[in-house]
Amino acid sequence: MNGWILSAPIAIPFAFAVIAFLFRHSPLGRWISVLGSLALLAAASILMNAVLEDGVVATQMGGWPAPFGITFVADLLSAVMVVITAITGLAVSIYALGDVDEKKERLGYHGLFQILIAGVVGAFLTGDLFNLYVWFEVMLIASFGLLILGGEREQIDGGVKYVALNLVSTVMFLTGIGILYGMTGTLNLADLSGAVKEVENTALLTVVAIMFMIAFGVKAALFPLFFWLPASYHTPAFSVSAVFAGLLTKVGVYALIRMFTLVFTADVAFTHNVLLWIAVATMVTGVLGAAAQTDFRKILSFHIVSQIGYMALGLALYTPLALIGAVFYLVHHIIVKANLFLISGVAKRLTGSTELSAIGGLYRASPLLSVLFLIPAFSLAGFPPLSGFWAKYLLVKASLDVEAWIVAAAALIVGALTIYSMTKIWAEAFWKPHPAGVEPGLAALAPAERAALVAPIAALAGLTVVIGLAPEPFLQFAERSANQLLSPEAYITAVLGSAS
Amino acid sequence: MEVLMAILIGVLTAASVYLMLSENLVRFLFGLILLSNAANLTIFTAGRIDSSAPPLIPVGADAPLTEVANALPQALVLTAIVIGFGLFAFALVLTFRAYTELGTLNTDKMRVAEPIEGEPAAAETRSAGEARS
Repeated sequence: MNGWILSAPIAIPFAFAVIAFLFRHSPLGRWISVLGSLALLAAASILMNAVLEDGVVATQMGGWPAPFGITFVADLLSAVMVVITAITGLAVSIYALGDVDEKKERLGYHGLFQILIAGVVGAFLTGDLFNLYVWFEVMLIASFGLLILGGEREQIDGGVKYVALNLVSTVMFLTGIGILYGMTGTLNLADLSGAVKEVENTALLTVVAIMFMIAFGVKAALFPLFFWLPASYHTPAFSVSAVFAGLLTKVGVYALIRMFTLVFTADVAFTHNVLLWIAVATMVTGVLGAAAQTDFRKILSFHIVSQIGYMALGLALYTPLALIGAVFYLVHHIIVKANLFLISGVAKRLTGSTELSAIGGLYRASPLLSVLFLIPAFSLAGFPPLSGFWAKYLLVKASLDVEAWIVAAAALIVGALTIYSMTKIWAEAFWKPHPAGVEPGLAALAPAERAALVAPIAALAGLTVVIGLAPEPFLQFAERSANQLLSPEAYITAVLGSAS
Repeated sequence: MEVLMAILIGVLTAASVYLMLSENLVRFLFGLILLSNAANLTIFTAGRIDSSAPPLIPVGADAPLTEVANALPQALVLTAIVIGFGLFAFALVLTFRAYTELGTLNTDKMRVAEPIEGEPAAAETRSAGEARS
């Protein structure tokens, strides 16, 4: 039974990817993609239900017992990541009904999108290090395709940088896997957790830990490895950059959290301290980069970098409260960030550009969109009572608890600077009149298109408000999840059985 | 044998770093290929190199009777080679497209997506139409 629960969220997007690809010349293809996302959400809910009941759910592919076979395992963190992936996937595939043109559909947009989702879900559910590498590649090759789909010059230019840096990170990951395997003789994450404690050469273990930190740091866009992100995220279709912004970097953060709570805990004083200062540098450089930009999507891209810093901060502090904050932040950020990119797409559609100096007038002409922008924008900056406030509050509280004053101060100042860039977008795109005199009202869109574009934005904004107004159940969930991460016995027992 | 492999991996890595620091995109790709080969050799060597029997289990037994070679690193390396090959093929085509669209292979001059303020993008000097013809 566990086998089905765990493999369905991976098998469903793959199946729908094939069908959507076959129907790429027909308008049916986009509905197949929406249907696939709905089915994934159902499968993810079943998985979440099972995890809430049983704690940790694990299965062995092909019936080979762990640590010899490939393990799939879901604890609370994996389960919530799969659910939030499904929600984002559904929102973006509905948005794509109005956003992706037929040319891109014929090139196989919907198929690639479903494969990307499958890769992301696979990375969250696997319990095997080499298998994690394979899921990273699935995700990567689908994202390459989506990024350059359409073949604009800008896209090719951004794509070169994205592909080059991500391939280097992949090779780094692979080398790390090789050396870790040579030291421990296993690749199963639960088994590794015990095996690394028997390694005599702890210095080499720390070196490997840093290799993994670099490899996942590139994926997660940590300082100073984030340059591919602002070079490429503003170039593809809006639905593509929304799903990238929401999910891809978070897979890197998830992998960091998984490896640095389960496997690399031997030298926390060194590795997590390095990560702490990287996190601070990431927050600060990201937000300063955003302050210097004048393009809607480029500002948002730099803010991804800055927010990734907060999540890494939660992991680096490595206290229960900080990990609660990191998990909460992860979930909140995926919803908010994907939503902001979706809004930038509507803004482009209505005003004709994303360059802030060339647009304006959205507040007068489409007040609904303005409200829908303010919710995620304020949440990103950390205004109460929205979800971002609780996420930031937890992390600042956690850093004050361990008397990391500089870190807490950095987190607060970066929050203030986030407001600055959001105000810039608000003042330029929404408040000032359009320089060319355009009245960018939502009524200009065809009704079906308007529904497809605005409904997912409204739904995600609603989710942000719900998390913000009733944070208690979400906090309790994050707390249970953080406890599982800090004492991984349940995870290990679920994979290896109670005998070991 | 391990020492020889380690030296070989070191040489491959050094050469690849040299190539990847070049501003020419094609050299970068060559460097990447060398680096991924170095990674594959690392996995292969980490799985211990010895001249023992092939990992075959005789009919009726549950486990090999004698010391056998470790088959897992080879399976890993094969997977990594196949994936690496696919990704490299993509990167090569992308490089070709970048050359025809942007008219340059110099990574410093690829500034279409991130133009320097106040300067026309360097790659604009040769338009896409000219490059194709």
